Amino acid sequence: MEISMNVNGDDVVRDVEPRTLLVHFLRDHMGLTGTHWGCDTSNCGTCVVWVDEEPVKSCTHLAAMAGGHRVKTVEGLETADGLDPVQEGFIQCHGLQCGFCTPGMMMTARALLDRNPDPSEEVIREAISGQICRCTGYSTIIRSIQWAAAKERETSVSLEGSVA
Amino acid sequence: MTVTEPSANQIPTPDNNLNDQKPTGFGRMLRKEDPRFVRGLGQYCDDVTLPGMLHLAILRSPYAHARIVSIDTSAAEAHPKVKAVVTGAMLAEHGLAWMPTLSNDVQAVLATDKVRFQHQEVAFVVAEDRYSARDALELIDVEYDPLDPVIDVRKALDPDAAIIRDDLEGKTDNHCFNWQTGDDAATQAVFDDAEVTVKQEMIYPRVHPAPMETCACVADLDKVSGKLTLWSTTQAPHAHRTVYALVAGLPEHKIRIIAPDIGGGFGGKVPIYPGYVCAIVASLLIGKPVKWAEDRTENLVSTGFARDYIMIGEIAASRDGKIRAVRTNVLADHGAFNGVASPVKYPAGFFGVFTGSYDLEAAFCNMDAVFTNKAPGGVAYACSFRITEAVYLVERMVDVLAYELDMDPAELRLKNLIQPEQFPYETKTGWIYDSGDYEPTMRKAMAMAGYDELRREQAEKRERGELMGIGISFFTEAVGAGPRKDMDILGLGMADGCELRIHPTGKAVVRLSVQTQGQGHETTFAQIVAEEIGIPPEDIEVFHGDTDNTPFGLGTYGSRSTPVSGAAAALVTRKVKDKAQIIASGMLEVSVADLQWDKGSFSVKGDPTKSVTIQDIAMKAHGAGDLPEGVEGGLEAQICYNPSNLTYPFGAYICVVDVDPGTAEVKVRRFIAVDDCGTQINPMIIEGQVHGGLTDGVGMALMQMINFDEDGNCLAGSLMDYLIPTAMEVPDWETGHTVTPSPHHPIGAKGIGESATVGSPPAIVNAVVDALKPFGIRHADMPLTPSRVWEAMQGNHTPPI
Ligand code: FES
Ligand code: FES
Repeated sequence: MEISMNVNGDDVVRDVEPRTLLVHFLRDHMGLTGTHWGCDTSNCGTCVVWVDEEPVKSCTHLAAMAGGHRVKTVEGLETADGLDPVQEGFIQCHGLQCGFCTPGMMMTARALLDRNPDPSEEVIREAISGQICRCTGYSTIIRSIQWAAAKERETSVSLEGSVA
Repeated sequence: MTVTEPSANQIPTPDNNLNDQKPTGFGRMLRKEDPRFVRGLGQYCDDVTLPGMLHLAILRSPYAHARIVSIDTSAAEAHPKVKAVVTGAMLAEHGLAWMPTLSNDVQAVLATDKVRFQHQEVAFVVAEDRYSARDALELIDVEYDPLDPVIDVRKALDPDAAIIRDDLEGKTDNHCFNWQTGDDAATQAVFDDAEVTVKQEMIYPRVHPAPMETCACVADLDKVSGKLTLWSTTQAPHAHRTVYALVAGLPEHKIRIIAPDIGGGFGGKVPIYPGYVCAIVASLLIGKPVKWAEDRTENLVSTGFARDYIMIGEIAASRDGKIRAVRTNVLADHGAFNGVASPVKYPAGFFGVFTGSYDLEAAFCNMDAVFTNKAPGGVAYACSFRITEAVYLVERMVDVLAYELDMDPAELRLKNLIQPEQFPYETKTGWIYDSGDYEPTMRKAMAMAGYDELRREQAEKRERGELMGIGISFFTEAVGAGPRKDMDILGLGMADGCELRIHPTGKAVVRLSVQTQGQGHETTFAQIVAEEIGIPPEDIEVFHGDTDNTPFGLGTYGSRSTPVSGAAAALVTRKVKDKAQIIASGMLEVSVADLQWDKGSFSVKGDPTKSVTIQDIAMKAHGAGDLPEGVEGGLEAQICYNPSNLTYPFGAYICVVDVDPGTAEVKVRRFIAVDDCGTQINPMIIEGQVHGGLTDGVGMALMQMINFDEDGNCLAGSLMDYLIPTAMEVPDWETGHTVTPSPHHPIGAKGIGESATVGSPPAIVNAVVDALKPFGIRHADMPLTPSRVWEAMQGNHTPPI
């Protein structure tokens, strides 16, 4: 079947089997291999992408269900202005080791900060609790997200300052 | 030993640039690999796509033990997108049905005669896409004749147990090996006259490394050149190349193994699995590139497990708490094939360090390993060859002794630690601990934890019926295998090569034999070279994971990268620096002895204005004009480093838990880890390695187990059943360190990757058992899930596994 969607700002059309999972659509048909798959049971969250503004596990989402929607993957985080503060935070705070869980973690983190600019440690733990990292033990991921939040608050303060 | 401040409270912020000090050498430095990973541009095995690539899927046995009567592949072959269907019988025709394991046993690539564990590989399909390959598996019809499975390890040696390994000539039982270490008679003598002895059976259940990336490969055999390129999830690309040469009869120079980015290994990517061999065979057969990528269930049920030891521990001590001897008897479950990835002379890995960090009079271990109808493996799941089991045994036993003597477990440990002046210390099982200063590390952990205060809090809580526990472990690890006189894997010495080239403009490339799976080698190895030669790390490219372009070496496991390959990197740089010094002497027209080194430049002693930088020297080495007599052009070197001993990192861990008296749920409230890994290369990366290992420990101690029902069905085949800690189950880690350099390692580094996985399970279990002390409990087996803790509280301390 033919599926059309918007992926990271580009309109795409592909002819795929109806059973194609979104994660395979992105990886095998779009060549966007930043989104990973790590389990068969929706437990690991290495596959998290956004459908519209909502983080979803793309292994549990048919590509067809994303038809007509906007999908954003890790490849879409960086803008012309540079890395997203979440990406920077992960680098600055050693929020990744093997990097396999990282794209999913960052997509969830970005969605969290868009809704809550100053999340507590508990809120962050809860937000990433559907995802597994085998390497970091989570503390540095939490610091990374806090780093990004701090950076964004700083930037918005200085923006407000410059407007005033 | 120097004690330095913990970094625990120093959290990087956008303002403090804590991790961005850009050291030329050791220190906090951001990772060179991260810019690609945060953009989703890492390249893992399953990201590799080649033109015309086909997909391979494996049919697995539903039975744990059954004879194969017949296999009908005709329907699968008729599938329009299927290119090939291959069975064990077809492989056998080419002599490829069996392959060697890393411990000189053999393992079936595809079963020929019978299946020996549930989910064993029986046939494979190659098709145009992933989905079709899986569809076609459903079309293969296998008729099995089920046999009695041997699942309970304690019954494996019963006279009426079915013989699993009838493929081995003359095999009449399920015994795999017996191994002993230490002195039986001397140990018995100490036990005979000891004032106090304690004995406890404990189980270290089967667990699985379960890296987030499962195993995968892409095999591409070029028909014209006969060259095989294999992208593979391997921690040991060079060792794998040699084994493939031996298995498949391919000439070794026609094999190129590429280990691209690896999504975590933890030991699970050391062995060669049937899937890799199947993909190679398929590419050979069809002449196209073939990808195999296992799913999570396949990963958990068929690739290398870890642990699975039943241990009886005994301690002989004096009444005032002097530990005199440790003895253990182990029954080891090795599954259907002996797939342990340990050096040949060490069938039980480095379990011999079960004597712990204590000064003993005697020690003895007897171990029997047996075959059962379970998946093979016995890999080092983030532990240096069975040290996790050894440390768990001794640290649990010390707490059992503390319980019997009614002594504080910290005090008991402090009383028995090996003293600094005793190093190098030879243990009663023959291991030479290189260096240590244990007590300050222990005291530091106690200070960070506020140990006395915690004990007071616990006493108050006990009064109120609340269950709070404090657990301690003090561990010594043995890492960096190993000296070639003792250690080899399948005849390959456990050395590592390293090559360094300085380009004319003073930029460098260093080539390693080891392979990172997240440890940050691209950063730390650049730092090692930078420290030695003064070229900034950003000017040093680290190249690894490609056997065509790196020197030979045994790979990354057992925390051996820094101890072995890190030493190689330092020494090769010194070799280059020696040559640079000769060239500098020519440039400055003084003798070599009149030069002094100043990290990055040579200057004339007494006249610092006369100096040349390493970059100047590099240009001179490649440029025009004469070089000193007898010096060749270029600035590069290669070495192969053979470690003279292992290195012995150590640490003191303290865990605080609260147990809900109503639900028996265990909450890890705090965890304090003070590690000593010798010289620190990058403290940020070290802290990260420790955090990850501690989290592994929580998983093993409280949550996870690969278990089986009596028919041999694996009950932990998904992440819904095999529980891995999420951010909700772990606390914010509190880490600190001391620094006791290794005397024989060129930079004094010892390795850190696995310390926390080794040291944390006993600390956590000790804490839970301590919390349950009001119930009269001195031992309970892992995993301490709520139901098992509940059982323990009801008086059933060791519910069967
Ligand atoms: S792949 Fe594991 S949750 Fe999607
Ligand atoms: S960084 Fe390896 S799984 Fe998270």
